Amino acid sequence: MGIFETLSFALPELVLVIGAMALLIAGVFLGDGSARQISLGSVVLLLIAVILVIFGPGAPAAALFDGAFRIDAFSDFAKVIIFAAAAVAILMSDRFLGGEELGRPEYPVLIVLAAFGMSLMVSATDLISLYMGVETQSLALYILAAFNRDSRRSTEAGLKYFVLGALSSCLLLYGASLIYGFTGATSFEAIAAASKTTESNIGLVIGLVFLISGLAFKVSAAPFHMWTPDVYEGAPTPVTAFFSAAPKLAAMALFTRTMVTSFPGVIDDWQPVIALIAVASMAVGAFSAIVQTNIKRLMAYSSIGHMGYALIGLAAGTATGASAVLIYMSIYVAMTIGAFACILMMRRRGGMTENIADLSGLFRTNMPFALILTVLMFSLAGIPFTAGFFGKWYIFVAAVQSDLIWLAIVGVFASAISAYYYLRIIWYMWFDEPAPAFERDVGPVLRLTAWASALLMFPVLVIFMGPLRQAAENAAASLF
Amino acid sequence: MIEQLHSDQPWLSLLTFAPLIGALSIILRRMMSRTDENGVIVDPKEAAQIDTNARRIALGITSLTFLVSLGVYALYDSSFAGYQLVEEVPWLGGGIKYKMGVDGISILFVLLTTFIMPICILSSWDSIKSRVADYMIAFLVLETLMIGVFCALDLFLFYFFFEGSLIPMFLIIGVWGSKGTKEFAGITMPSRVYAALKFFLFTLLGSLLLLVAMAWMYAEVGTTDIKVLQEFEFGAGAQKWLWLAFFASFAVKMPMWPVHTWLPDAHVQAPTAGSVVLAAILLKMGGYGFLRFSLPMFPIASADFAPLIYALSIVAIIYTSLVALAQEDMKKLIAYSSVAHMGFVTMGIFTGTKQGIEGGLFQMLSHGFISGALFLCVGVVYDRMHTREIAAYGGLVHRMPLYAFLFLFFTLGNVGMPGTSGFVGEILSMVGAFKVNSWIAFFAAFGVILSAAYALRLFRQVMYGELTKEALMAIPDLDRRELGSLGVLMLFALYLGFNPGPALSVFSPAVDLLISNYDAALAGGGR
Repeated sequence: MGIFETLSFALPELVLVIGAMALLIAGVFLGDGSARQISLGSVVLLLIAVILVIFGPGAPAAALFDGAFRIDAFSDFAKVIIFAAAAVAILMSDRFLGGEELGRPEYPVLIVLAAFGMSLMVSATDLISLYMGVETQSLALYILAAFNRDSRRSTEAGLKYFVLGALSSCLLLYGASLIYGFTGATSFEAIAAASKTTESNIGLVIGLVFLISGLAFKVSAAPFHMWTPDVYEGAPTPVTAFFSAAPKLAAMALFTRTMVTSFPGVIDDWQPVIALIAVASMAVGAFSAIVQTNIKRLMAYSSIGHMGYALIGLAAGTATGASAVLIYMSIYVAMTIGAFACILMMRRRGGMTENIADLSGLFRTNMPFALILTVLMFSLAGIPFTAGFFGKWYIFVAAVQSDLIWLAIVGVFASAISAYYYLRIIWYMWFDEPAPAFERDVGPVLRLTAWASALLMFPVLVIFMGPLRQAAENAAASLF
Repeated sequence: MIEQLHSDQPWLSLLTFAPLIGALSIILRRMMSRTDENGVIVDPKEAAQIDTNARRIALGITSLTFLVSLGVYALYDSSFAGYQLVEEVPWLGGGIKYKMGVDGISILFVLLTTFIMPICILSSWDSIKSRVADYMIAFLVLETLMIGVFCALDLFLFYFFFEGSLIPMFLIIGVWGSKGTKEFAGITMPSRVYAALKFFLFTLLGSLLLLVAMAWMYAEVGTTDIKVLQEFEFGAGAQKWLWLAFFASFAVKMPMWPVHTWLPDAHVQAPTAGSVVLAAILLKMGGYGFLRFSLPMFPIASADFAPLIYALSIVAIIYTSLVALAQEDMKKLIAYSSVAHMGFVTMGIFTGTKQGIEGGLFQMLSHGFISGALFLCVGVVYDRMHTREIAAYGGLVHRMPLYAFLFLFFTLGNVGMPGTSGFVGEILSMVGAFKVNSWIAFFAAFGVILSAAYALRLFRQVMYGELTKEALMAIPDLDRRELGSLGVLMLFALYLGFNPGPALSVFSPAVDLLISNYDAALAGGGR
């Protein structure tokens, strides 16, 4: 493949990188007051990237740069959601861009760069390009977490994230080097071939465990989840909204691709590890969230639990499992963005409030808001009549098909326990005496995002789940 | 083989989603109103107008739904044994469809649902004063979900409706439930919240295993079409586990002893109409589930586990009747009596005999009218005195003769007095049980005696004696609305009691088909 043809496949990424750099330069010339314009430009960039991915040179699958990256239905599926989620995250920060917290042109540019890193991640088919993608993403995220540099909590969150993230990168690199040492290859395809022929290779397995640990950190699965609540709570809320959506999907897609394409031969070795991580995550998500009073921390634990469910699909290790992961993650991204839009709407005179108790009686003071949040909470809990249920359903089907019935049973019990804290939010909103009302003027973006997310969960996806399932199935099929 | 007749028009979907249209129109009306920054409607006149409109729309739509259901019943061919009025639309793909249809087992429950709902709306007319519009929305949504449960012919769709019905009921109990606080696990919460949570989490926990079983069946068969699943022969080993998973769900819903404890709490805390729906329809979903899934899909396991069911049913019948004897709260007493009556249903269903199954079905139908009416009766005095304590009443017969008469009728119906519908169901399920094992019938008969004891005790303490309590001196008798609702229910209970034939003949073809498949499966399984 000639260089121009190769680059034509990488067009969305090229647009993002070149555009981001141009915006960065423009930001320097225009000064701090230009945050709004720059963010608008970033959103346009991301939308162009989405369009390029959808209507791009639609070869079914192509290996680029000597097999370091691969463009296929799987990466396309993930990229569309990642770019869209990043664009929404930038738009949702709109209110904050004028203020002190985030009012700098670098903010949207960093999100674009992070999205670029994520798109490398979901396309990576080589340990080196995998690491490159992960680091590109992470470096941007570290800065974003600490973006409100005058706030102690934000700085602390960024530092914590950076130190622990660096540690996880070490684990990942160490694992990658062991795998390279024992298989003699870095490309997924070659590793898969080598691991098939090598008799249960203890060095490879140790390397694999390190690699899994590193990746588990990125998806914030237990027991590598410690950073999540602190970072979620400390980072500025629009940043948290971004953190909880696109990076999770990217990391999970990367995780899935790595596991099923490079280690199918040693599935018996990694399946129990992933299953264990899934169980631990679901347990942490279910139990730790019960006692939280801060809604951002609650969402952090909730996301840990959700990663546990998605990992069940990965543990299945089949095409059904991979498509279940994609379905689960895309629904998760849509609902978590909506939930954070709601959290961002929790404003009273004097700024943001983050206590769950502040939602008391919301149903009486602001019915549309309460309805939206109710739908989203039921969806997060996975109760039927919301799309969240479909995600769980396909995950459990995948688990059962791979004879992991016990994992599915653990999953359903974890979801019953976690239903309690989602119900608690609903009970505050509906059953309790009203707290002072929130500000009504929240801007159109947040309101629209929240509405769109809630309407997607019910009824749009409930009726039109078929196409999403089909797309996810096609995407997953391209891995096998 | 189970045959099915397709319908050209989506009658069942129309029936199912008709109440939703009412709910949407109430929502739209409410959203158009002007509110201040605290969400309170600015103009009190407008607020009152919205409430009145909501009541009228709810009553109109539920009545209309009832008429539609009568139309559906007119289209229904009661001599045909398989599924009728079937609609199929692709939904999720991959073997999961939107498929609706009815047969002899479900059609009468659909009618029961649409019949009870207008009565519920009427009974809430004056007694619900806060957030009337939202209350009506919740009930209309609930009606859609309940009809959907009985019409769904796809297991996935069934689960969707089955679990979905938790949401409106959770809100109904939690928002419009009664006062009081409860200490639980170190948290003090309003007792209605405790009851709502308990209701939700109990039912959710039970049905999650059903979800795993459903996933397994889907992975195995490749579809969740109920007809296909009923014709599929699961291995005896798999049947056992699947049966247990389904049992967990339906036993909680039914509810069977020992997982019935959520029911008294939910009943006591729910508003009157909520209790009526809970007793008359939501509990029936469990029995319906046994008949739709457990018996036809897992016949071998059903036969193997029948002794377990008998044992649990007998315990339910005797133990919860004794518990009912000791209750101080009228609603709690009726709630426990519901558990006992559902014991007859489960016992009858799992005998696998025609009498037993038809008795179980009939008992569910009759219990829908009678227990619904009893909760309405409690609601009548609760609206007046705001207490459900038995000791707070006495001698009401002097002030409320009409009420006393109707209450007596439903009390006797609850006891199973010949001439009321309660008698037919009980006697049939006992006959069914007798055919299988006379000891089961022997123990079940104690339930009849005990039910007379607690029901008549309730009646005596509330109605008879001197009217000594100051507060009761001026209590007015039934108004027209209450009289109308209770009167209609009484007519139905009487009609079914004296003339059970028509209802039984609706059940009969479906039950015959069920039993012949059941017996064939048992014979094929070497039993």
